[in-house]
Amino acid sequence: MTVLILGATSPIAQAVADVYAAAGLSVALAARDVEEAARAASDLRIRYGVEAQGFGFDACDAFERHATLVSEVEEALGPIDVALVAFGFMGDQQASEDDFEKARRVIEINYTGAVSVCEAVARVMVSRGAGSIIGLSSVAGERGRASNYFYGSAKGALTLYLQGLRNRLASKNVHVMTVKLGFIDTPMTFELETGIPVASPKKAAAAIFQAQGRGVETFYYPRFWGGIMGVIKSIPEKVFKRLSL
Amino acid sequence: MTTTSWASKPLAGWGRYPIVEALCARPESQSQTLNAFNEREGDAVLAHGFGRSYGDAALLSQGRVVLTRRLKKMLAFDETSGVLRVEAGVTIGELIEVFLPRGWFVPVVPGTQFVSVGGAIGCNIHGKNHGHAGCFGDHVLSMEVLLASGEVVRCSRAQHDDLFWATIGGMGLTGIILSAEIQLQAVESGAIEMESIRFNNLDEFFQISEESTDYFHTVSWIDCVKGGSQMGRGIFMRGRHASAEQAATLSEGPLERVVELVQRALDGRAFESNLLLNRATIRLFNEAYYHKHPAGELHSVVGYEPFFFPLDAVENWNYVYGKRGFLQYQMVVPEREAVRDILKVISESKMASFLAVIKEFGDQDHGGLSFPCGGTTLALDFPNFGEPLLAMMERLDALVAEVGGRIYLGKDARLSAEMFRRMYPTWEAWREVRDRWDPQGVFQSDLSRRLGLTPG
Repeated sequence: MTVLILGATSPIAQAVADVYAAAGLSVALAARDVEEAARAASDLRIRYGVEAQGFGFDACDAFERHATLVSEVEEALGPIDVALVAFGFMGDQQASEDDFEKARRVIEINYTGAVSVCEAVARVMVSRGAGSIIGLSSVAGERGRASNYFYGSAKGALTLYLQGLRNRLASKNVHVMTVKLGFIDTPMTFELETGIPVASPKKAAAAIFQAQGRGVETFYYPRFWGGIMGVIKSIPEKVFKRLSL
Repeated sequence: MTTTSWASKPLAGWGRYPIVEALCARPESQSQTLNAFNEREGDAVLAHGFGRSYGDAALLSQGRVVLTRRLKKMLAFDETSGVLRVEAGVTIGELIEVFLPRGWFVPVVPGTQFVSVGGAIGCNIHGKNHGHAGCFGDHVLSMEVLLASGEVVRCSRAQHDDLFWATIGGMGLTGIILSAEIQLQAVESGAIEMESIRFNNLDEFFQISEESTDYFHTVSWIDCVKGGSQMGRGIFMRGRHASAEQAATLSEGPLERVVELVQRALDGRAFESNLLLNRATIRLFNEAYYHKHPAGELHSVVGYEPFFFPLDAVENWNYVYGKRGFLQYQMVVPEREAVRDILKVISESKMASFLAVIKEFGDQDHGGLSFPCGGTTLALDFPNFGEPLLAMMERLDALVAEVGGRIYLGKDARLSAEMFRRMYPTWEAWREVRDRWDPQGVFQSDLSRRLGLTPG
């Protein structure tokens, strides 16, 4: 059994890798920082006695490169049973407004890159008629906000894509799960001063692991974000424009 | 490359005194750590692990603090020799959790398992086995240190030994410790075969101490409220790692019971007031603790956690002292008579220490800024009574310095630069090495500024 973690150096990704390694799965850690991915792999080998290996991966690579990664991983560690799309890039809203190249990068990492790698993974899973794809999306993808709509729209598109993929793969016995993350204690939230509690990556990872095991299709984490987003989505546009959210 | 998130955060040591606003980053990887360091823009820098040093050793109010707690990868382990290489943010508790099932223990552990390897090196921590095992630094084989120049250098006893020596017990002032290679200790089990003995006064303590040299771990709790003929009464605990057969007989013994008493007394987030710990309640607690233990000697086999980390089961026990926080005073004095004088000052001061711990160190003096040396160490926790407490501590400083003793910088928040220099005669040699590797004083802390340990 192998889990492929894409964007393996983020704290959530590392926490998820911990949970799967503790359950005895082999772990493929794919990240841009290859050296760090290799360090993370040695950590899993030592802590859990599982097979683990680091791989170079860039979300902005072309589909062929993502497909090659998938076959490299399967060659090294065996068939991928679970794939986690954990990378994401918030970018800077103002910089994205000023310079489309910056906006484009946010869109490409969060959406195009995620879609490309999901397709590569889906292809091998479909051929075997088994597997589970987990996409980390965001509550930011639920409603366009002035303060981060490039990131939000890319995540929103990812949520829709995963929904479609889920529908397509249902008949192929491949599970697709969308995780809509609220505030988790990561670099993205480190600077935020928020009245809303921030959840630990470790708890988020445990929830993701459990939900995947139960075949959950879509869920919010922390769960109360479902309620918050229910309210936010119900605010009429006329009013929403005037709130500085 | 993404730039680092810097955010101003309130930062405190375990004593919650002082609390400062510090500009912090929390890198997730080695490369992010290097990035954060390179973004310092001329500011001073300090690494901060889990904030388990008590005072201002890991605080930097004007400068940049790199939180190292997410740097916790295990990099290499040799199953046959027990040599392990880990990043500096790994905690002692994690090491035990991962390696005890494989027959390895951490050779020197402090009173809490929630300290990082980097912090354990920076403070060159000691444990209950100083006489047999020395300090944590004695079991470090090599380190990778991020220097002021921005270079990452590996140092050991054979390579850049001056940097190695100055970093062990260097209070984080030579650079950021990125990783360390540690020799683990082979054990048959995690259980501790222990004896606890009630003693009536200081003389009895010293006598039992002398008779306990073949016990690997020793430590005692003492009642520092009581004066007169019962001054220095307490409970002596000594132990060694149990064999596999003994471990099978692990029992709920008197230690668990006293530990439970302390835990109950400290389970204190509910008491976020300054009223809980006053002289009367501390006196009551000390009475109860002492009498809970039957007179004479008790033999039991206990788990490592209640033996080494009795307070870890109470999350945030430091909050029991309320908003004002507390100050720990840990000193070592080479002369036994001085212990008596110190206890007398405390007992007469009417300022009670809630938990007081006494132990005899081995002869080894580690030099530099390392605390342990031959003599008797006493650790006292005082609620922050303010000015009168600080005044008493200054009196104690004078007594300690007078006999060639010193206080533990990892627990200090108020020592004067002048006293420090009297207590640590090897400081100049240390400072010379430190300045060689960091001439501009990039690495600083509130403690280093107070004690004049760094330039500027």
